[in-house]
Amino acid sequence: MEPSSNGSFNLRRMRRKRVGLVLAGVLFLATIFGIVVLVTLLVDVVVTAVPWLDGRFIASLPSRTPGEAGIQSALIGSLWLMGLTALISVPLGVASALYLEEYAQDGWFLRLIQVNIANLAGVPSVVYGILGLALFVRFAALGNSLLSGALTLSLLILPIIIISTQEALRSIPSGIRESAYALGATRWQVIYSHVLPMAAPGIMTGVILALSRAIGETAPLILVGALTFVPFVPQGALDQFTALPIQIFNWTARPQDEFRGLAAAAIVVLMILLFTMNLTAILLRNYFEEQRAGA
Amino acid sequence: MSASPSSTTTTADDPARRPSRPADDLRQQVYDSPKEQAIKYALGACALVSVLTTLGIAAVLIVESIPFFQSVSFAEFFGDTRWTPQFAEKHFGIWALLSGTLLVTVISAVVALPVGLASAVFISEYASEWVRKVLKPGLELLAGVPTVVYGYFALTFVTPLLQALVPGLGVYNALSGGIVVGIMIIPMVASLSEDALRAVPDSLGGAAYALGATKYEAVVRVKVPAAFGGIMASFILAVSRAIGETMIVTLAAGATPKMTLDPRESIQAMTAFIVQVSKGDTPQGTIEYQSIFAVGLVLFLITLAMNILANRITRRYQEQY
Repeated sequence: MEPSSNGSFNLRRMRRKRVGLVLAGVLFLATIFGIVVLVTLLVDVVVTAVPWLDGRFIASLPSRTPGEAGIQSALIGSLWLMGLTALISVPLGVASALYLEEYAQDGWFLRLIQVNIANLAGVPSVVYGILGLALFVRFAALGNSLLSGALTLSLLILPIIIISTQEALRSIPSGIRESAYALGATRWQVIYSHVLPMAAPGIMTGVILALSRAIGETAPLILVGALTFVPFVPQGALDQFTALPIQIFNWTARPQDEFRGLAAAAIVVLMILLFTMNLTAILLRNYFEEQRAGA
Repeated sequence: MSASPSSTTTTADDPARRPSRPADDLRQQVYDSPKEQAIKYALGACALVSVLTTLGIAAVLIVESIPFFQSVSFAEFFGDTRWTPQFAEKHFGIWALLSGTLLVTVISAVVALPVGLASAVFISEYASEWVRKVLKPGLELLAGVPTVVYGYFALTFVTPLLQALVPGLGVYNALSGGIVVGIMIIPMVASLSEDALRAVPDSLGGAAYALGATKYEAVVRVKVPAAFGGIMASFILAVSRAIGETMIVTLAAGATPKMTLDPRESIQAMTAFIVQVSKGDTPQGTIEYQSIFAVGLVLFLITLAMNILANRITRRYQEQY
């Protein structure tokens, strides 16, 4: 059908199609923009990092001399933090979600907790840092310790773990619960032997993603007093510590180019850690989904 | 084991009137057994931790701000435009920090809102299945980059790039920080707006096509307006995230609190001030140290208000369809 130009009714079909095409192009470019930035960022970091990345860098303690500096204490500090944070936040988060999904009855209390969790997820991380500083570092007198940092990070990721666990629990068909009840199982038996094992992959995926958020956090750790210069490896949960993001922050903030190189190298290590965690989460999800489909 | 301490079943009260029925025994000894009750209350206690966290944040910020507001009046806090805690002549006017935060936030919104919405429209309406399978994980990865890494990127890549384009641009400036904060929140706008677009019933698009609309007309004039509430909620949440962003503005936007609208200038955001004080060796008990709690309180109230607003909008528009 050709557009007619003599009548009062004008379809202008070609022009409208052209506008649509232009819009589609603009939308595509905007979408690609984010990906292009991500690739630029990664390439820039890796190119800057390459001269600094070697076994010595991983195994050395930080030093005032760029050529001798490494991330051993920061890397081990981050792993300690991740372990402690997981120990605290996972039982707490999963238990909260179980209560909200399996026990709590619809009412003002449940709604209050739900709204509260949604709002907590939007509280800036630096505010959690202030809470950690006042509550754990000073009030509980834990000092600038790994435990203070881990407790603060646990509160920070608790809403993420609760929300993802709730989603995992909701995806379990109610028929599973009903058939277990029909066989005489108590509520806890239903949860422990049926609901939890079935929801485990979903819960684990959420937990890994939450922990990868925790391991990249910087501001709360600065507030609870993670040190920028830690020439020792922490031995216990009450030791002072540093972590990878803190080390990156410290090196980036220095004006010398050598320290920028070190920062880039530490970023590469951190990003490898994060990508490994994300990949694990995705593979875990796919593996269990296949298993369930096969069963 | 003793009897259930808090059993709510009424049958427990009247054993004399009714000889025990097997079902009642079962209920009392198995379903409402002390163990089951204990588990229920233990899980409930865990759920309370999240409520306690909110109360803890509010209590800490308010209680710790009291000494600060005993030395600095509200009139000075909200009336002065200078923030100079380190100087001999101290001024505590929150506007100097708040304007820095707002400047960065506006720049980030200019970057992130159009790009994020465009990404959402493209992914939900235009992309084929396999393109979506590439783009969505890509955006998720962008969302997973730690903020300190974005800070490094702003300072070492974006700022030199901008210096080549904008003559006289300093090392620390609001523009670079704002742009990178914008990039950071693109995935958030994109994914929440996409959810909103997906929630629009197909029948609306179908009706537009039936009236002879082209694809772009159906998308721009019907589907996007229909998802308006969800899109607004995504904007508010993303802006609130930008206001609370810390490491990018600390590294790239500077440490000079001042009221300015010039994006080329070095500023200081509220979050950057909090980090600056706590990473230095400011002694506890000084007014400079106390001021971080007052700034934190302002930050918390702003982001809380925006989050509550966004959640309200989301719920209201969810009910519509």
